[in-house]
Amino acid sequence: MKVDWLVIRSETISLRIDRRVPPMLLCLAVMVVVAMVMNLGRGEYPISPLDIVKTVLGIDTGNPDHAFVIYNLRLPRTLVAFMVGMALAISGTIFQGITRNPLADPGIIGINAGASLAAVAVIVLFPLAPIYTLPLSAFAGALLMAGLIYSLAWNNGSSPVLFILMGVGLSAIASAFTSLMITFGDIYSVSDALVWLAGSVYGRTWEQVFSFLPWLMVFVPMALVLARHLNALNLGDDVAKGLGTRVEWQRGLLVLVAVALAGAGVATAGMIGFVGLIAPHLGRQLVGTNHEGLIPTSALLGGMLVVVADFLGRTLFAPIEIPCGVVTAAVGAPYFLYLLIRNRKK
Amino acid sequence: MSRSVSSSARGLSSLTFTVGGLMLGLLILLVCLIFSVSLGAAEIPLNQILTAFIQFDGSREHLIIQTIRLPRSLIALLVGSALAVSGALMQGLTRNPLADPGILGIESGAALAVVATIFVFGTSSLSILTIVAFLGAGVTAMLVYFLSSLGRGGATPLNITVAGAALTALISSLTTAILIVSQRTLEEIRFWLAGSLAGRDINILLQVLPFVATGLVLAFALGRQITTMSLGEDVAKGLGQQTAWVKITTAISVVLLAGSSVSLAGPIGFIGLVVPHMVRFFIKADYRWILPYSAVVGATLLLVADIAARVLLKPQELPVGVMTALVGAPFFVYLAKSKVKK
Repeated sequence: MKVDWLVIRSETISLRIDRRVPPMLLCLAVMVVVAMVMNLGRGEYPISPLDIVKTVLGIDTGNPDHAFVIYNLRLPRTLVAFMVGMALAISGTIFQGITRNPLADPGIIGINAGASLAAVAVIVLFPLAPIYTLPLSAFAGALLMAGLIYSLAWNNGSSPVLFILMGVGLSAIASAFTSLMITFGDIYSVSDALVWLAGSVYGRTWEQVFSFLPWLMVFVPMALVLARHLNALNLGDDVAKGLGTRVEWQRGLLVLVAVALAGAGVATAGMIGFVGLIAPHLGRQLVGTNHEGLIPTSALLGGMLVVVADFLGRTLFAPIEIPCGVVTAAVGAPYFLYLLIRNRKK
Repeated sequence: MSRSVSSSARGLSSLTFTVGGLMLGLLILLVCLIFSVSLGAAEIPLNQILTAFIQFDGSREHLIIQTIRLPRSLIALLVGSALAVSGALMQGLTRNPLADPGILGIESGAALAVVATIFVFGTSSLSILTIVAFLGAGVTAMLVYFLSSLGRGGATPLNITVAGAALTALISSLTTAILIVSQRTLEEIRFWLAGSLAGRDINILLQVLPFVATGLVLAFALGRQITTMSLGEDVAKGLGQQTAWVKITTAISVVLLAGSSVSLAGPIGFIGLVVPHMVRFFIKADYRWILPYSAVVGATLLLVADIAARVLLKPQELPVGVMTALVGAPFFVYLAKSKVKK
């Protein structure tokens, strides 16, 4: 298979990426901006694209409402959608690389169950807690869950069979507690929790943007740096060891990054499904499997996916608003079925 | 010569073990049944239970036993065994240890049907919801099977799993959307959604009984075929098995069993997934035994969970779907840890 490589070499950095990646990233960035502008423009109060650009740049458009609508309502929401999409896509890419399974997603290691439990507990039991505790608690829940499963499955090395079985058992306990809270909690908190569980960026404010941002700023560069190790791990443990990778360390670090991104993303916007599954798939079609190029590509794809899903959710059945998590499932499920049917022709 | 004698002697004693284990299981089940009838918000002494059937005298305790406790315990028994057997069937058929009846979208389809009914028509009686849930379960299973047959190689286990997972995700997102839009529906249905045995009377049980009975009979009859299928589809075909028929019959049995369970008691997870694992720690591979054992263990687990659900926070009742996981999961974790040696 002929692949053209672009090699960047300097004193400190040595990088090799697929030649398709830079133009693809540029293309995707443009598409993301277009999607965001579209999302900012539509809704109960339509604003033309020109006015949007002007308002964002700070130029007065003669209509003070524009600034209010864009800055207070739509911009934080769109930004959150984009950032969460990025985080989930990167997390999914890492998990698929680690488990060498293109059907993997963060839910497998019971992460979703742990994150949901923590976040629903905070929403239902401590309704007055400040917003920034939500990503923190979800991350803590996810990490705790992953750690428990990892340690219970330790049998002179991580045993894959025990891993899965422990994941099943512990996820069941976590979902039981979550279910308990949903059944007996105050109905308004439970409604909030359900919206959160469905995956939605409704009502997201700047507060959420800024509480999520640090997570991205720390873990996305880590993911990019660790990408090359993901390439090695993808070849299998023995080959990776032969190539000099410190398998347990790298894998542990990668799992940490993936859990952090998924946990924080899920905490900010709920369980937006299929993004972690689809974005890497699409990315692989576009730029191949080399992770240094794949991670940024799927990140942009994931961000765009969620922004478009939010746009569709808001406009399709206006004035009823459908959570973007429902749209991603509604789109993702048929896409998967299409993959299934398409394979038949091969 | 001596080897064949001792191996047949070994075979005989291991058969005795297996049958003996089943008898023991049934005995434990009976004890749990008796406890289930006697424990609850109103304490009823054990001797009253017998007289409730022999010399019914219309007293409050006897009424409770006949109209509330006994139907409830019988439903728990039936649902528990149905779920466990359908889970074992799915795991044997798809050779996927993570399979459970939910894979065919049965639970999510039933939930969507029930939620949609309440959303559109307002409150409905429990018997109507039962029928609706069954229909939802059946339609979803057929849809999953149909979609999976469009994939490469037809309705292979992988295709079934993928189609089921995709459709389940789609359906449960629709269900969540409805619950978000209508808080009224959420309030009415959230207890049902967690799985509960409360408020079911003997008539509903009798409505659903034929389906469960048919499903169980079909399942036990398929024991030998499932054992062969669990070796892999190619091996089974090579051994002369009509895999298409086996798959269809198994699917029918699973839908009957799991569909009745979810329509009787709402979505109760965990049993279909974990009970077959627990049984396989002891029986290893022969589905002619795994299926009956699963039935007994599943029934016992659900009975115990229901007792716990009623008794823990008297008189408030916890949803039994929650208790199955809380009771069963720690036990399962302990079992897995001690039995799986790398």
